Amino acid sequence: MTAAIEVRDLVTHYGSRLILDHVALEVGSGEIMVIMGGSGSGKSTLLRHLLGLNRPTSGSIKLLGQDITTASAAEMHALRRNMGVSFQGGALFGSMSVLENVMLPLREHTELDEQTMAIMARMKLEVVSLGGLGHLLPSQLSGGMIKRAALARAIVMDPKLLFFDEPSAGLDPVVSAELDELILKLRDSMRMSIVVVTHELDSAFKIADRITVLDHGRILLTGTVAEVRNSSNQRVQDLLNRRPRQEEIDADAYLRRLTGG
Amino acid sequence: MAEGARPALFVALERLGRVSVELVEEFGYYLALCVECVYWLAMGTLRRQPVRVSATVQQMVEVGLAGLPIIFMLSFAIGVMLAIQGIHTLKQFGAQTQVVLGIALSVTREFGPLMTGIVVAGRSGSSLAARIGTMSINQEIDALRVMGINPVRYLVAPVMVAMLIMMPLMALFADFAALFGGALFCKLELGLSYRAFWDQTVNFLAVDDIMQGLAKSVVFALVVALVGVSNGFSVTGGADGLGRATTRAVVLSISYIVLTDMFFTYFLNRG
Repeated sequence: MTAAIEVRDLVTHYGSRLILDHVALEVGSGEIMVIMGGSGSGKSTLLRHLLGLNRPTSGSIKLLGQDITTASAAEMHALRRNMGVSFQGGALFGSMSVLENVMLPLREHTELDEQTMAIMARMKLEVVSLGGLGHLLPSQLSGGMIKRAALARAIVMDPKLLFFDEPSAGLDPVVSAELDELILKLRDSMRMSIVVVTHELDSAFKIADRITVLDHGRILLTGTVAEVRNSSNQRVQDLLNRRPRQEEIDADAYLRRLTGG
Repeated sequence: MAEGARPALFVALERLGRVSVELVEEFGYYLALCVECVYWLAMGTLRRQPVRVSATVQQMVEVGLAGLPIIFMLSFAIGVMLAIQGIHTLKQFGAQTQVVLGIALSVTREFGPLMTGIVVAGRSGSSLAARIGTMSINQEIDALRVMGINPVRYLVAPVMVAMLIMMPLMALFADFAALFGGALFCKLELGLSYRAFWDQTVNFLAVDDIMQGLAKSVVFALVVALVGVSNGFSVTGGADGLGRATTRAVVLSISYIVLTDMFFTYFLNRG
């Protein structure tokens, strides 16, 4: 199996604060990789780096064999045609209808005629069960519909890589389960490699081929669903069982923080 | 005391240093935005990522046409005020009829473009900062980037072109509106016919006077677009940050407009 995504030794900082500490990750072709972790674990930062939105301090990120940390603007542009991203809040353009939103990548990357683009966009809207709703504005959609519309836009170019940020955040369990089904369906029908960032355990266990657990900017564990469930790592088990963190308190450091010294 | 004074001085110096660095950084950012816009306008088609004509036209309508009524109203009022003040001043020398010269020169060289700049800064500068800021908060800018759509090419270049085309046209429109205001008041107060007002105006004005005003308006266009856009892109921290950026965009662009106007006027009138 060739790797669709290959991250090596990724180190990133926010200002002087270390966010990701020597992260390594591999996602196979046609695989669904779930990146899990609590708030502040660095999973959103990792996603931003995978998308080429931020520049890392060091390390390499290869997408479809191309190292995006050294790629030229033209190479990056070509690569972006093979990537689809569904953002947490949808990130649909408020001034455009849903159909226009879905058509945008086609309009910017292809020279198809208007009619063909509209048909292709409507086909993707059918895939995400939003058929016939293309004329609506994003402000007229519910939370679940926005996520599905964003997904339709992400897959309209038939990308090889699909990134999904927090698919279940803010959705009720039924809608969120429907989205999970949709992600599985997409992988099976279009053979995409999919990276999902989430902190929802149920969703992660349902869709993942493998799971990577991040904590404090380090990878705790990468493995199949069963391996993660049976992991003996304390932090992993804390995450799985929703236990609060048991951090040891260093009395001196605590005092220093309080006194601002 | 000495111990207390030293840190205070240091703090003040540090603040001064920080503000200076921020200022240089901000102007550097304006310059970079400018260069990137020019790049996309020149090379966009070649790289198969053209700056869309439709988006530019849409911006021209938003920046220009929609602002015409308010510009007419304010410029007209300025024209009337210049006439009132001019007649009042010149009356003391018994030279009221010379008021046309004063109105014609100050309107075309100064007030037409300045009024236009301020109105556009208030209308379009703020809406630009708010629009781009909201897009930034909603990750729409990120969405554009991951789709391989350069935000400067897609969002900024059309605005820049629209401003550069519309601002001088609107300044010209403001010139006419203000002259009309002046002419109307002169007719009522001095019994000067429109025809006579117009003839005198055309007689006095050189092409240079009008061009000076239009050249200023081009600079104002750049100022409003760059300040609005850069404040929009720099929005962080939700609704609060958005409000701050919008206010900042308007206050800064109006300040820059008045300041550049002063320098421009000084240098253009030295000879």
